[in-house]
Amino acid sequence: MFYRENGQFKTTYRSDQQIFPIAQDRWGVLLIVAFAFLGVPFLADEYMFRAILIPFLILALAALGVNILVGYCGQISLGSGAFMAVGAYAAYNFFVRVEGMPLIACLLMGGVFATLLGIFFGIPSLRVKGLYLAVATLAAQFFCDWAFLRIKWFTNDSASGTASVSDLSVMGLAIQTPLQKYLFCLAFLVVFGLLAKNLVRSAIGREWMAIRDMDVAAAVIGIRPMYAKLSAFAVSSFIVGVAGALWAFVHLGSWEPAAFSVSRSFQLLFMVILGGMGSIMGSFFGAAFIVVLPIAINIVLPELGQWVGITVSTAALTHTEQIIFGALIVWFLIVEPHGLARLWSVGKQKLRLWPFPH
Amino acid sequence: MGFFLETLIGGLMAGMLYSLVALGFVLIFKASGVFNFAQGAMVLFAALAMARFAEWVPEYAGITNPVLFNLIAFALAAVVMFVVAWLVEYLVLKHLVNQEGTTLLMATLGITYFLDGVGQTIFGSDIYKIDVGMPKEPLMAFQSVFEGGLLISQEDLVAAAIAACLVAGLSLFFQKTSTGRALRAVADDHQAAQSIGIPLDRIWVIVWCVAGVVALVAGMIWGSKLGVQFSLSEVALRALPVVILGGLTSVPGAIIGGLIIGVGEKLSEVFLGPYVGGGIEIWFAYVLALVFLLFRPQGLFGEKIIDRV
Amino acid sequence: MKLHHLVMATTLAAATLLPSVASAQAKEQFFPVLPYRTGAYAPNGVPWANGYADYLKLINARDGGINGVKISMEECDTAYATDRGVECYERLKGKAQGAIFQPLSTGITFALTEKAPGDKNPLITGGYGRSESSDGGVFKWNFPLMGTYWSGADIIMQHLTKKEGGNLKGKKIALVYHDSPYGKEPIPLLQERAKMQGFDLSLLPVTAPGVEQKATWLQIRQQRPDYVLLWGWGVMNSASLKEAVATGYPREKMYGVWWSAAEPDVKDVGEAAKGYNGLVVTGEGGKVIADIKTHVHGKKQGTGPLDEVGTTLYNRGLVSAALAVEGVRQAQSRYGKGKVMNGEQIRWGLENLTLDQKALEKLGLGTIMKPISTSCLDHEGSRSARVHTWDGKKWNLTSDWIEADDSIIKPLVKQYADKYAAEKKLTRRTPADCQS
Repeated sequence: MFYRENGQFKTTYRSDQQIFPIAQDRWGVLLIVAFAFLGVPFLADEYMFRAILIPFLILALAALGVNILVGYCGQISLGSGAFMAVGAYAAYNFFVRVEGMPLIACLLMGGVFATLLGIFFGIPSLRVKGLYLAVATLAAQFFCDWAFLRIKWFTNDSASGTASVSDLSVMGLAIQTPLQKYLFCLAFLVVFGLLAKNLVRSAIGREWMAIRDMDVAAAVIGIRPMYAKLSAFAVSSFIVGVAGALWAFVHLGSWEPAAFSVSRSFQLLFMVILGGMGSIMGSFFGAAFIVVLPIAINIVLPELGQWVGITVSTAALTHTEQIIFGALIVWFLIVEPHGLARLWSVGKQKLRLWPFPH
Repeated sequence: MGFFLETLIGGLMAGMLYSLVALGFVLIFKASGVFNFAQGAMVLFAALAMARFAEWVPEYAGITNPVLFNLIAFALAAVVMFVVAWLVEYLVLKHLVNQEGTTLLMATLGITYFLDGVGQTIFGSDIYKIDVGMPKEPLMAFQSVFEGGLLISQEDLVAAAIAACLVAGLSLFFQKTSTGRALRAVADDHQAAQSIGIPLDRIWVIVWCVAGVVALVAGMIWGSKLGVQFSLSEVALRALPVVILGGLTSVPGAIIGGLIIGVGEKLSEVFLGPYVGGGIEIWFAYVLALVFLLFRPQGLFGEKIIDRV
Repeated sequence: MKLHHLVMATTLAAATLLPSVASAQAKEQFFPVLPYRTGAYAPNGVPWANGYADYLKLINARDGGINGVKISMEECDTAYATDRGVECYERLKGKAQGAIFQPLSTGITFALTEKAPGDKNPLITGGYGRSESSDGGVFKWNFPLMGTYWSGADIIMQHLTKKEGGNLKGKKIALVYHDSPYGKEPIPLLQERAKMQGFDLSLLPVTAPGVEQKATWLQIRQQRPDYVLLWGWGVMNSASLKEAVATGYPREKMYGVWWSAAEPDVKDVGEAAKGYNGLVVTGEGGKVIADIKTHVHGKKQGTGPLDEVGTTLYNRGLVSAALAVEGVRQAQSRYGKGKVMNGEQIRWGLENLTLDQKALEKLGLGTIMKPISTSCLDHEGSRSARVHTWDGKKWNLTSDWIEADDSIIKPLVKQYADKYAAEKKLTRRTPADCQS
């Protein structure tokens, strides 16, 4: 009942083609964004910012990038960790070697270099498909792991091979406190989310989806597979590269290549699959699930344990966290194989009718 | 020349060890179309089970003959893997019939986390020993031809022999027996196989059981080489290039792929590595597999993916 | 936000139902512990964590706390992952005014080095972390107590020099190292020494976690180095030893750093690892181990199994806890005995820590550690270790205390610390700041 489009008439093509044609959607998204910018700063404490919200925002951005490649274009890639690493180290080199380079420019340049690498490692996708491509992209992952450990130039010749940044500021505004970092990441996420949503509605987005659904048929009707696949790799790597630079600069501050290891790649892929492939919303859901749930279990379990009088040892806590996490993943997939975003759209569909039966 | 041969032989042996793990992937993919992300966790779980049973059997049942208690530990661990296989089919696969590949992949990821947690809770997270009497000292062969002889690891030789037997047995199973035929039918199309009366659930249990036993053998051999602890599941990452090089659906491909990857890895690390600072073997294996894929996109022996418009 | 409320709700409910809920009360000094009891490095992390926890329990049980201030502690498992370590740090740091963090991981140390100064939490990285952080003039909040990696590498090289009769010219030394910042740490010092002493250094990285090392050891077989230095962690150590057996390299010629030469590394190799040498900074347990057995394990409060008490990594964890406790005690001597100390005060305490042999004997630590004395510019305190050798069943000490050569290390420390300060745009601390 509350979600009816009844009565919302569009009188121009422009209004019909807008990003959220249903007024409830529009208002809903505006409210959420406003709450995120204005409400959350007053409600969250430093721990929430540093340990939950900032990682969630950055990884949601990365999941967005991966979703474009995996969900919209159908090319399974396990090299996202490498693209994050390239973004991070490229941004670092610009930050450290070029005097006075603005922070945002550094981050975007990080994205550009990640794009170049993404296009290079996307070339096999023209020949290799499916799971074979997934494992082949691991070549990118392990190569980058090795390159950032071995080639000292990338880490500004530091002895230990770690890179670190500090004193971030944008046009005079410092990005030091957790609140400032949160707002900075949120701004990036909103801008890139908007860009991504528009991109997937456009011609190139439709080309990607055509390639995903049936690439032979797409080629038959005139979509150039090379252009579509490589552009998907390019856009995806750009977003993932910027996310990687944010992860390194804003969240970690000082990092080593292991921060972008193969487990990070798997984590991003799982966020996309669990959240819903081919859905922008899905990236957010997936990121929230995978970032927040382990921490939540870790915090709530000892409390529950004390309630029933059992003290949970730290090792048992981690193991139980893994068991519950694994079981939840399987359960969610059985309940909704298309991911959390599908659950959300099913819910919206039901809202159209509620409280009426049909 | 002698050193080159040593590296070559070492690479061949290492490759056989990788193929042991790769076999598990291939089996499950061949028979159910699922890329079993949990294979590494299964190897670890099986190895943990065997290592701990090998400790508990002499302690509680008083059997001191090493051959006997190792056999019992092996049998018990195999039973544990059968239980795991049955549970996986009953709780997970049955509900996800005919879903997309990525959904099933994700489900196996959930199983990975679950097995990791359960395995370490039941069996512990320390380093455990598997001692099946593998010879540890190296063998120096051809001492007359090459100075100092060629170093051949006896343990790896035994492991390679076991892997070869396992592969031969599995190939025969798939080609010659009716269960093997049923497995191949299920891999082709779940619904079609179901419609002609092949009991899907039983087939899947059988396949996961066999994969579990293969994981146990792999876990036993790797565990005997390295000691059983958490990093054992990382061996699966080393075996992935083997899987895709040989083809996801080919059992002999796992062996050939393993040999190629093993040799490629070791030769590159020993002869190319020093020029670039070392540590290149992992990415070299993947790049090698990638190069082969560019010529044969389904791996050397994999089934061609036919797209119909 | 729902999570926050849920946690608050359950805590409140638990607090009302169970009055004995452990929480940091006003009169308790909070010690966070960041161990890894799960994951690939658990076999090495668990004994360390048990030693740490047992010593803190001992102080409460035997002494009634630090001058009457009881110790409360909480563990948060990091699984050796940097982002989990950062999350644990954020979660635990808010629980008390001043908390000493000991992450037992070089990766987490690097991340926390950026955060700890801002939050005013001292960071003790005993035997690991950044080697240049022993320069307190730049690294105000880092304390690599009782030895950094450069000291360790130097001590091994001194031992080898002595073994070769004072001259290493022309010898071949191979470093088999974990390909990570941890493993790369000793390289600058070894290269410096190679220049000075004229030996041939070959660097052989092993990609983490180091399960398959055949290629590395085939190269060693080809190069036939005179000595192999092992700088691994976790499964890499035992895998290296097993490959050494498989390629026939004599274990007597292998020397491991203190993190590569403990019981978990050699236990399952057993007899075959006989002759393998490593560094150790702790000594015989003595009185403190006896006390732990009585007051902690005797009262069924032991954190781990009894047969682990007194092993190498257990002792290392114990000593790390002891240093933290003594830092707090020293802080109390200036800022108020019997009061809870905050971060700034504890930092001062750690910077002015002097434990001579007599003081150690009084604390029961006379045999387990060497005297230590920190200062504003020297956050390391002491830099000596001994060599112990595995005989198939246990470790036996086979050398005297060797002191690292400051004349080589100090310039390197200054060079790298200055580089860090320049990068971060920090200025060196003034003498006035040192006195505060």
